[in-house]
Amino acid sequence: MEEFIYFFSFQDPNVLMVVTGIVLLSISAAMVGTFTFLDKKALVGDAISHAVLPGVCLAFMISGNKNPYWIVSGAFVTGALSTYTITWVANYTKLKEDTVIASVLSIFFGVGIVMMTQLQQTGNASLSGLDHFIFGNAISIVGQDLWVYGFLALAIIIVILVFYKEFQLMVFNRSFAESVGLPVKRLEFLFNSLMVLAVVTGIQAIGVVLMAALLITPAAAAKFWTNRLSLMLLIAVIFSVVSGIVGAYISFVLPHMPTGPWVVIVLSLIAFLSFFFSTKKGILTKWISKRNYQRKIHRDHILKALFSANEQGHEGLSSSEVYANFPGKSFRTQYAINKLGKEGYIYEKQLVISLTKKGIKEAGRIVRLHRLWELYMTEYMNIAPDHVHDSAEKLEHIITPELERQLDKNLNFPQEDPHQSIIPRDKDKS
Amino acid sequence: MNFDPNAFLIITTGSMIAISCGLLGVFLMLRKMAMTGDAISHAVLPGIVIAFLVSGSRHGLTMVIGAGLVGILATVFIEYLSNKVKLQSDASIGITFTSLFAIGIIMITFLANEIDLDQDCVLYGEIAYVPIDLWITGAGKIMGPRVTYLSLINMALVIGFITLFFKELKISTFDKEFAATIGLNTVLVNYGLMGMVSYTTVSSFEAVGAILVVALMVVPPATAYLWTKNLYKLIRLTVLLGIIISFLGYYLAYFLNSSIAGAMASVAGVFFFTTVVLQRKQIPRIKKKLSTMKLND
Repeated sequence: MEEFIYFFSFQDPNVLMVVTGIVLLSISAAMVGTFTFLDKKALVGDAISHAVLPGVCLAFMISGNKNPYWIVSGAFVTGALSTYTITWVANYTKLKEDTVIASVLSIFFGVGIVMMTQLQQTGNASLSGLDHFIFGNAISIVGQDLWVYGFLALAIIIVILVFYKEFQLMVFNRSFAESVGLPVKRLEFLFNSLMVLAVVTGIQAIGVVLMAALLITPAAAAKFWTNRLSLMLLIAVIFSVVSGIVGAYISFVLPHMPTGPWVVIVLSLIAFLSFFFSTKKGILTKWISKRNYQRKIHRDHILKALFSANEQGHEGLSSSEVYANFPGKSFRTQYAINKLGKEGYIYEKQLVISLTKKGIKEAGRIVRLHRLWELYMTEYMNIAPDHVHDSAEKLEHIITPELERQLDKNLNFPQEDPHQSIIPRDKDKS
Repeated sequence: MNFDPNAFLIITTGSMIAISCGLLGVFLMLRKMAMTGDAISHAVLPGIVIAFLVSGSRHGLTMVIGAGLVGILATVFIEYLSNKVKLQSDASIGITFTSLFAIGIIMITFLANEIDLDQDCVLYGEIAYVPIDLWITGAGKIMGPRVTYLSLINMALVIGFITLFFKELKISTFDKEFAATIGLNTVLVNYGLMGMVSYTTVSSFEAVGAILVVALMVVPPATAYLWTKNLYKLIRLTVLLGIIISFLGYYLAYFLNSSIAGAMASVAGVFFFTTVVLQRKQIPRIKKKLSTMKLND
């Protein structure tokens, strides 16, 4: 707890610096990532983060130390080179884009490793932090680095906000953007540069392999909460910042623990929670609405069965007859019967289930919808009467009152369906 | 140059790894799953760590099983995310492999004092240690380099898998619907292939590292694909490229005194980009030839 207060009161200037840095880079990565995600170029970020390695080594070779200006420039050069190589090879050969990305990624990384082993032989002591570039450790970032990375992240955020409309058009409707006279090629160049910069600023804190997550995961999670770009950007940024701070805190509390993996774990957790519980497209939400629909269908079918028993002159059906109507679904049937009883649609007397007045009305409505639709199919679509049952079986559950009125009107308030069954009318209404 | 038994061993081992990777890579590439191979090679990390914890050794069957299971799990995960969650496929791949890789690194860091497994060896590997890492039997008899045996077994298994299921692989790669209609179990073929990819990753990561497995899996087939469309020629060319790459890679590394695996990937890159440039120059020339031929007719 003490550590918690110490960390979040930001009294330690080092902590404050690290948190500021990671917040800035989380924001820039999430913003860039949202556009790349929508542009279906999520894995290009992965390629860039691997391709940064030879550039970093090259910068070491030239400058001989960990000067952040050199490192950023070196990383930017090879990172940018990799994106242009990918576009070039994908455009001029028959190779698929994923093959090109994987090839470019591994070749650049291989060259980087060759250079790194070269560097290690020089025995330069200042190289000791080089492995942070592979695995990432925000805590290892010091003052001078922070100024450079923080400034770059801020620049990325500002440029994206300034060119928000243009990038939006470019991602969603490229040909339209071209036709209204936007310089799409130049915008793309600008955007690619921003993407490379975002990767470069994040590498030292997050690490090469995991940088891809910072670009992809916030956007993917945000997509499950909204379809609007502006909102999606905001949600992605929030997710990313929260994970960044939590990750930094964990690596502060647990010594020797790199920041990157924890940031990614928190981000992935948020993403999976979004996939399952998002109110719009979450797996759980979809599952619940599917189950509710199935329950409604089952309820409708029980009411219909009781209604047809009434039509044949029976008072009701014995509960065993009701269960026998739905073999293998006794559990669901029991649930539905209990619920219908509670809602006052049916009542049970001496093991015979009958419809209440309210139940007759509701069951009559379903049967009416079924028969109206059958009639509509035969009258307007020329479908043989013996072929209309299945379709009506589906539609009876979803026809709205407005549609019902329309159907009734178009069919001129019919009395009988194609099978000469009487269409039940609601006496209260008409 | 005198015959150097160490060089011979390293080049042979490298070639065998390159052949196993390349053979699987041909099918990965044709199925547009190149990045899935990349993802699996990162995602097996937690499996490796768990297996290491269980068995206490860096070799052996536990390792293969652990990594194989996690590799297949990663594939299932990717399929689940893109089919059931309806996430676009590149994002599914990205999220799956980064989270699994992060879990793996955290496990390694937590257990850093207890196990002799460091992050670098998983990412880079060092094939130069092959000649000194010997397989010594219980009786103390030296049987030769361990990794060479491993890669030999791996190559035999990969070749066995591909020969045995060649028809299934071919049909399901080129026409999935057709394969399904004639009753081939495409799901099983897919998981078989992914299992082989995971297994190959594990058995080679000690030697060439996770990312360079990807280099050997994707770059030779991609290069070969630019020269031919015929599947048999594609396979033969990939194997040939794999051998040349290990050979040249070794001598490049020897000359530069650097990582052999990295040098192999760099050589592969030289072949790849040379081919792309040549193709770019050739395609207009061939088109020109074709048009003049038509005119003469």
